[in-house]
Amino acid sequence: MKKQKLVVVGNGMAGMRAVEELLKLAPDLYDIAVFGAEPHPNYNRILLSPVLAGEMTINDIILNPLGWYADNGIRLHVGKLVTKIDRVARKVVAADGTEEEYDRLLLATGSTPFMLPVPGNDLPGVISYRDIKDTDEMIATAATHKHAVVIGGGLLGLEAANGLKLRGMDVTVVHLMPWLMERQLDKVAADMLKASLEARGLKFLLEKQTEALLGGESGRVAAIRFKPAPGYDPGDGLEIPADLVVMAAGIRPNTALAESARLHCNRGIVVNDTMQTYDPRIYAVGECVAHRGIAYGLVAPLFEQAKVCANHLANFGIARYTGSVTSTKLKVTGIDLFSAGNFMGGPGTDEIVLNDAAGGVYKKLVVKNDTLVGAVLYGDTADGGWYFQLVKDGQNIRELRDQLLFGQNHVGDGGHAGVSKAASMPDEAEVCGCNGVCKGDIVKAIKSQGLFTLDDVRKHTKASSSCGSCTGLVEQILASTIGGAYTPADAKEKPICACTDHSHGVVRQTIRERHLLTIPGTMHYMDWKTPDGCATCRPALNYYLISTWPGEAKDDPQSRFVNERAHANIQKDGTFSVVPRMWGGLTTPAELRVIADIAEKYQVPTVKMTGGARIDLLGIRKEDLPKVWADLGAAGMVSGHAYGKSIRTVKTCVGAEHCRFGTQRSMEMGVKLEKMLFGMGSPHKVKLAVSGCPRNCAEAGIKDIGVIGVDSGYEIYVAGNGGIKTEVAQFLCKVKTDDEVKEYSAAFLQLYREEGFYLERTCHYVARVGLDHVKAAVVSDPLTRKALYERLLFALKDYADPWREAVEKPAVRREYQVIEIREAEVVS
Amino acid sequence: MTGWIRVCALDDIAPLGSRVVASSQGDIAIFRTAADQVFGLHDKCPHKGGPLSQGIVHGNAVTCPLHGLKIGLKDGEAVAPDKGCAKTFAVKLDAGEVWLQLK
Ligand SMILES: Cc1cc2nc3c(=O)[nH]c(=O)nc-3n(C[C@H](O)[C@H](O)[C@H](O)COP(=O)(O)OP(=O)(O)OC[C@H]3O[C@@H](n4cnc5c(N)ncnc54)[C@H](O)[C@@H]3O)c2cc1C
Ligand code: HEM
Ligand code: SF4
Ligand code: SF4
Ligand code: FES
Repeated sequence: MKKQKLVVVGNGMAGMRAVEELLKLAPDLYDIAVFGAEPHPNYNRILLSPVLAGEMTINDIILNPLGWYADNGIRLHVGKLVTKIDRVARKVVAADGTEEEYDRLLLATGSTPFMLPVPGNDLPGVISYRDIKDTDEMIATAATHKHAVVIGGGLLGLEAANGLKLRGMDVTVVHLMPWLMERQLDKVAADMLKASLEARGLKFLLEKQTEALLGGESGRVAAIRFKPAPGYDPGDGLEIPADLVVMAAGIRPNTALAESARLHCNRGIVVNDTMQTYDPRIYAVGECVAHRGIAYGLVAPLFEQAKVCANHLANFGIARYTGSVTSTKLKVTGIDLFSAGNFMGGPGTDEIVLNDAAGGVYKKLVVKNDTLVGAVLYGDTADGGWYFQLVKDGQNIRELRDQLLFGQNHVGDGGHAGVSKAASMPDEAEVCGCNGVCKGDIVKAIKSQGLFTLDDVRKHTKASSSCGSCTGLVEQILASTIGGAYTPADAKEKPICACTDHSHGVVRQTIRERHLLTIPGTMHYMDWKTPDGCATCRPALNYYLISTWPGEAKDDPQSRFVNERAHANIQKDGTFSVVPRMWGGLTTPAELRVIADIAEKYQVPTVKMTGGARIDLLGIRKEDLPKVWADLGAAGMVSGHAYGKSIRTVKTCVGAEHCRFGTQRSMEMGVKLEKMLFGMGSPHKVKLAVSGCPRNCAEAGIKDIGVIGVDSGYEIYVAGNGGIKTEVAQFLCKVKTDDEVKEYSAAFLQLYREEGFYLERTCHYVARVGLDHVKAAVVSDPLTRKALYERLLFALKDYADPWREAVEKPAVRREYQVIEIREAEVVS
Repeated sequence: MTGWIRVCALDDIAPLGSRVVASSQGDIAIFRTAADQVFGLHDKCPHKGGPLSQGIVHGNAVTCPLHGLKIGLKDGEAVAPDKGCAKTFAVKLDAGEVWLQLK
């Protein structure tokens, strides 16, 4: 069959992103031709600012080199302006007469800078700031001339002014409005911005309307003249010198071509939610488009449009574009500024404000009906990504409200010295303490590899890919490097990994509703994109299957991380550690002797106490693991789950058994809990502690479940965490008896096991579903609680001691054996 | 055909699993994919020497258990954007038996 023809007009960021997305979905569907008026392949327009500032070169910002077009069989008509669309004959015609026929046509013509209609606006030396040509001209002029005037104090104008200043020009920014960037900032933040730009030597003339541009003797522009304002003092000069005038007073969707073809336009080319224009064969994306009355001027929404458009061009027909919330970041090195959503507020909104003028920090959050609708941050922008996410998700923030302004508390995280200002960090500053990645490495990767998402940065630099505590900083660096082009992914809808489009929530629900029992079955039913998944999705699927269908779904060891497959904790040199079980942390002289004997027999290099108050034998070779377990077993002991996504330990204080303050027998309670939970798998690790009185020597306040004895019974706390970010456990309820502690704890853990996402700790799970939801199931409703308790006991009843299996079952034991070969007996 | 040594039966390796062979050239990880293909790699990750044999096998790749580098089983090359290469060993399947060739 002959291929259909797709013609793209506009070789820019939105058009080529749509083509890239299309090639991913349907590489062979179309014969593709692209027209681009500029004499360049597609480049990253937003990085023109660093090019102007001298931080990058044009070569660095090419997104699709010429070879990319050739490799994908795309005919590129570079430097050719399309002047006519013939919708009857279905062809486009370029200024030089080149023609291409189409079955489908994609318009991505971007926008044109708005040139103020004042006398002299066509003089040499009067330019816009839009493309490589403009940038080159600004760089050249800076080398030969002195005075620059930028008209427009918006995002674009300030970036131009900053670049020209860095190139040595004397720069004045002329702005019509009373404060800078009025579409992105409120007055307070704008004034702080102005002060810090003035400190860098930029000059500002606000509330000034340009009357004319005046030519000099050479014929080139030489000065700019303003209209006298009301109350004008004739002593003030009305003219300032200008060898270069940059118009950055706004853009207009470039609809000329579409209009000449009589396509319906209103502000932009009008499209529906499938990015289709009024001619069903013609699609449009990018700045030239008006979608539901809005024309976007930032990359992030254009990329969303491109994705939807590609979906329809590929005949998939399921995606819809429903509009975007945008955020703004000024790409001026060293200035931390962020805004998103409706930051000006208005009727029905409240504002939460922090204004520390001396410290250079300003934060304003706009709240409406218990949701965050907008934010402006200046000075400290570490939480910009988080606020933006809250705005996009429309999450209810009632419970967070009193802490909202202080942010997600990234500063409390370990590993990056409490830094919260990404843009003003020096390049050598370490951002990711786990993988030793500095800010400079991240910025370089973003620019040279053309990265747009957090995931991309993680893949290329490893920053924030381990413990994740620096995610906020990395997001900010991404935002300050590519500006508003950055959008955080929708947390709720985020796919598990690249193997699937489905989120954890959807997968869990489908497994339950469709009674899916195997990993291949689930992958097949849910249209997995890879034959057998990857190291991210397989362990998650395995957990969801066995936790949803205990006794029915079979555990798949090959889909478990090595620790859970080998039942011991892998160390950096490939050896393992064994942590013998001590119920509740109790042991005996006889057990200690057995442990000592094992340590000597297998020449264990390191013996240490763990944070959970157990003894750790580190550096055991994998082949020796079954022997170590056999020796433990012979003495009536078992190994411990110090490694798994499972119950780890129950830490106890000595309690009423010995302690002069003790009110409850905490050791006994701890042993009961640990025995009840033996072998419990969970979305992530689970740690418990029991203290005998409120002095809380077992540190129950930072455990997934913390039990604190009081004279009249026990208090139960949940969702604490002592890891990357310290979270204090929240009070769940008070109970009287040991049996109640068991029942309530088990019910909470079962709820977490059923609803938690894989690798979500209890603190994150409870933050997601809310403590009220947990209380409703575990505390207020006895029937639900009992049912949860029963389901946990049912899931645990057949748990087989994995260490004994490794000792006794040859098929399991094989996992630990190294194959010896006899190299002398080579067959030749 | 020179230098082929019998290692084990295919059934001695779990599907999507691996076994370690001790050799004069260091430990060698032998992998079995879902499609019952077998591959051999030096059991040392190019990143920080992690034991690849202990990783999760998927498609024709294995993910290192220590920090998650993805290594292609055919050529030992890290899957982009990661960089690095693990040494490969020729491994073949013959009548349900796995054979290894030492270079
Ligand atoms: C200096 C600068 C800094 C910016 N910074 C940011 C930022 O930090 N964050 C952000 O999100 N956005 C930023 N933007 C905006 C962003 O670059 C644009 O939103 C984006 O490039 C628009 O993509 P597009 O494909 O719609 O249009 P373009 O990228 O403009 O592509 C349109 C292309 O079509 C060509 N064309 C038009 N008509 C025809 C025709 N008839 N025939 C053939 N070719 C034609 C044009 O020559 C052009 O190459 C910045 C823009 C500039 C100029
Ligand atoms: C007189 C009536 C109509 C005419 C002449 C007409 C014409 C067309 C044409 C020419 C196309 C383009 C085919 C292509 O992409 O190759 C098209 C596509 C389409 N039309 Fe119509 N159409 C009509 C009515 C309708 C109606 C009533 C609907 C829906 C209620 C509709 C829905 C669609 C859809 C969904 C597509 C496919 C768009 C895509 O694949 O992206 N059309 N139509
Ligand atoms: S034991 Fe924990 S804190 Fe210590 S180095 Fe390892 S991961 Fe980091
Ligand atoms: S928590 Fe109370 S009972 Fe337990 S050891 Fe401390 S003081 Fe004693
Ligand atoms: S050693 Fe393999 S990823 Fe680090």
